[in-house]
Amino acid sequence: MADTAVAADTHEEHDPHATSLGMSHEKLGMWVFLGSDCLLFGGLISVYLLNKGRIGPDDIGPDEVFDIPFTSVSSFVLLMSSLTVVLAITALQRGDIRRNRIWLLTTALLGAIFVGGQVYEFTVFYREGLGYTTNLFGSSFFTLTGFHGVHVSVGIVMLMSMYLQSSRGKLGPAQSEKLEIIGLYWHFVDVVWIVIFTIVYLFPQ
Amino acid sequence: MAIIEREDPLELEAGEITETAERPLGVFTRPQSNTGWRSWLFTVDHKRIGIMYGAAGIFFFIVGGIYALFIRLQLAVPNNNVLSADTYNQIFTMHGVVMVFLAAIPLGAAFANYLIPLQIGARDVAFPRLNAFSFWVFLGGGLFLMSSMFIGGWWENAPDGGWFAYAPNTGVLFSPSKGLDFFAIGLQITGIASLVGAINLIVTVLNMRSPGMTMMKMPVLTWMLLVVQFLLLFAMPVISVALFLLTFDRLFDANFFNVDQGADPLLWQHLFWIFGHPEVYVLILPSFGIISEIIPTFSRKPIFGYSFMVFSGIAIGFMGWGVWAHHMFASGIGPLSVAAFSVSTMFIAVPTGVKILNWLATMWGGRLRFTTPMLFATAVVAMFTVGGLSGVTHALAGPDTQQTDTYYIVAHFHYVIFGGIILGFFGGFYFWWPKVFGYFLGEKLGKANFWVMLIGFNLTFGPMHILGLQGMSRRIQTYSSGQGFELWNMVSTIGAFLIASATAMFVVNIVLSRRAFKAGKTPAPGPDPWDARSLEWMTASPVPEHNFDEVIVVERQDEFWHRKWGRDESGRVVRRATVEEVAHDGSNTNVHLPSPSYWPLVTAAGMPLVGYGLIYNLWLCVVGGLLILGGLYGWALEPADDPDAGHGHGHGHDDHDGDDDDGGEHHDGGDAGAEDADAEALAEVSTDG
Repeated sequence: MADTAVAADTHEEHDPHATSLGMSHEKLGMWVFLGSDCLLFGGLISVYLLNKGRIGPDDIGPDEVFDIPFTSVSSFVLLMSSLTVVLAITALQRGDIRRNRIWLLTTALLGAIFVGGQVYEFTVFYREGLGYTTNLFGSSFFTLTGFHGVHVSVGIVMLMSMYLQSSRGKLGPAQSEKLEIIGLYWHFVDVVWIVIFTIVYLFPQ
Repeated sequence: MAIIEREDPLELEAGEITETAERPLGVFTRPQSNTGWRSWLFTVDHKRIGIMYGAAGIFFFIVGGIYALFIRLQLAVPNNNVLSADTYNQIFTMHGVVMVFLAAIPLGAAFANYLIPLQIGARDVAFPRLNAFSFWVFLGGGLFLMSSMFIGGWWENAPDGGWFAYAPNTGVLFSPSKGLDFFAIGLQITGIASLVGAINLIVTVLNMRSPGMTMMKMPVLTWMLLVVQFLLLFAMPVISVALFLLTFDRLFDANFFNVDQGADPLLWQHLFWIFGHPEVYVLILPSFGIISEIIPTFSRKPIFGYSFMVFSGIAIGFMGWGVWAHHMFASGIGPLSVAAFSVSTMFIAVPTGVKILNWLATMWGGRLRFTTPMLFATAVVAMFTVGGLSGVTHALAGPDTQQTDTYYIVAHFHYVIFGGIILGFFGGFYFWWPKVFGYFLGEKLGKANFWVMLIGFNLTFGPMHILGLQGMSRRIQTYSSGQGFELWNMVSTIGAFLIASATAMFVVNIVLSRRAFKAGKTPAPGPDPWDARSLEWMTASPVPEHNFDEVIVVERQDEFWHRKWGRDESGRVVRRATVEEVAHDGSNTNVHLPSPSYWPLVTAAGMPLVGYGLIYNLWLCVVGGLLILGGLYGWALEPADDPDAGHGHGHGHDDHDGDDDDGGEHHDGGDAGAEDADAEALAEVSTDG
């Protein structure tokens, strides 16, 4: 079975019935980790919601800096990367290494465009006068979106590592579960962005 | 060495990557030795990691205890000046932080790591290398935190904000030393260890139970530890967020707790206690699990109301999330919140009470044997009840406003933490010591240890109830004479030194018992010295590296007990088989085990470096970051299972360290070695015994 082949941490990968739940340790571990990560973002979003209105009347706040059309486009780019990562996984499962590599690179590229957009957005905000230490809104906004950006970046690093593995000829259908697990993480990060985008950018201030 | 043929790599399943096994980064060979200090540094064996957690936990327990002795010395007489106010702040903070995060949590982790795989009949945890990583990260974070005592002067830079470090008191303005940076970053690091460990153990319990071991056949200890891991899983990210905010405020001038900018310092209290209250159950549930193993064994009865025990533990796990604001009744959170949290706090006493009744009902009518572990377990039931009752008095918001920040609170949580948790852990030490190390701890000294500890504990913390209700504040370094505090403070200090002597007796007991066993004066415990019930007693003592010789097929709860004992026609309990017939002798050396690895240690070593870098010099962060990154890549490229590694005890192909003492006896197991040496043999259904 393909998905037990990577369950290499114990000797029991030889036995297809080895795991009690029928799911590999790695995949279950990722699900459990994502459950924990929900609380990390839950905490950060709560902090943001508590603090976003706590600015002086002349202070720089969300209304002054947000550029909704720009962020909508970069959000769309990130959401599309969820599609391309699925295409990469199915290609790998079919054994279509060439397409797998193309979609891997596309996904990483879309993620990079998103992170690049975020960096651009941060610089614009900074030039307009909203620094990390300016006020409570600044600290909370940059912390929340910054943590998300770090999550996307970690995902890009994992995807590129997969690509490197692939170029060394070590990523075949037997390892497709690895990519599937990275895909779980990637989808999670996208879903979190939907929540952040809605709460931070779209809710009336 | 020649007994076992090396596996041909071609026999591995298609797709398995083998060629990078020897030199994953082209530089290092994998660690191979099974003896000596290297075998501990690079081990991935859950038992060794559990032992290291236990050793580290006891070490930090002793250090935290020494802090406590200084606190008690300072408070022994009025207007004392053993410690300055500033040092006193640092010492009571370090006492709390060390005891909670570096002693109680790792001692729980020690039992979890050692016992969970054994109790569910597994070979190891789901991710052995991650397990080693957790331990080293924890140790690194702990030592990082402790180093604050020395760095920049003796007791100049230790944290001084109390263990819950309320904002805005923890800002640079009010606490200009580096102490709270060490606090925030050190706990962040140990938090990573707890989180990774939690993921690992949850997957282990859910996914690696032996055939037939359904969830409702698992021992109560495993259940309680599983609940603990879920609590850690969801609580750790919350404290992480709080600690990030604090770190960013202190190091990068963020505004999260900056009241000038309109920040609400209550945010810290909420985040801290949303983590902190589940954390209380993280600490107590392992102890509940431990005594749920000890009491049935020494009552010769199954646990009363198994499913009630399990579900009350789960209920505690859920309700633990809904009571956090009872730590904040005096913070002005409003009458509605106070009422709601007051009620939920009273409710959570119900599942706890269920447990206490079930332990009593287990003992009721049993054939009791008051060995040292049983004495400790019984004391837990009694002392925890005292602590629980004073806890209910805090749940009532009115009295709580009088009790807040007095010694009454200190008395309460020490009855829970010391009386409930530490006594439980000591019971666990005495109970599983023969299983882990292969020799008994002396009963005579053990009982003396118990009584001195119990009396010392009650002398230390009992009087604090009175002191607190008389109005003595906690966290004040001295008190003036004539307020009626003198007598009970002196009693409390004497009690603290009794606890210290009891702990010393425990250490002496270890040394003497080991010496007596080596000299042949005490008998070997054998696999099952207590006539116990769960699967860990079904293998040799000390547990061989591969845990079990064969996969155990479980049919009932308390499977091992039922293999030993049955009922005759008239319903009387009769022995069906001797322990020797049922238990494994550890002779199977053909088990393919996960191989040791450098990378967990390398990766973990980077973390304290990043911590020092954040505080002192960002270049150190770069070094630490590169170490982490390099470690992770080495880790990812190294197959978990070295196909060329040896099987079982010290049979690595270039294991020139030779076999350890017990390696020899495993050869005597005979024919097991001649059988087809592969793991598939283990998958065969075994109804042994």
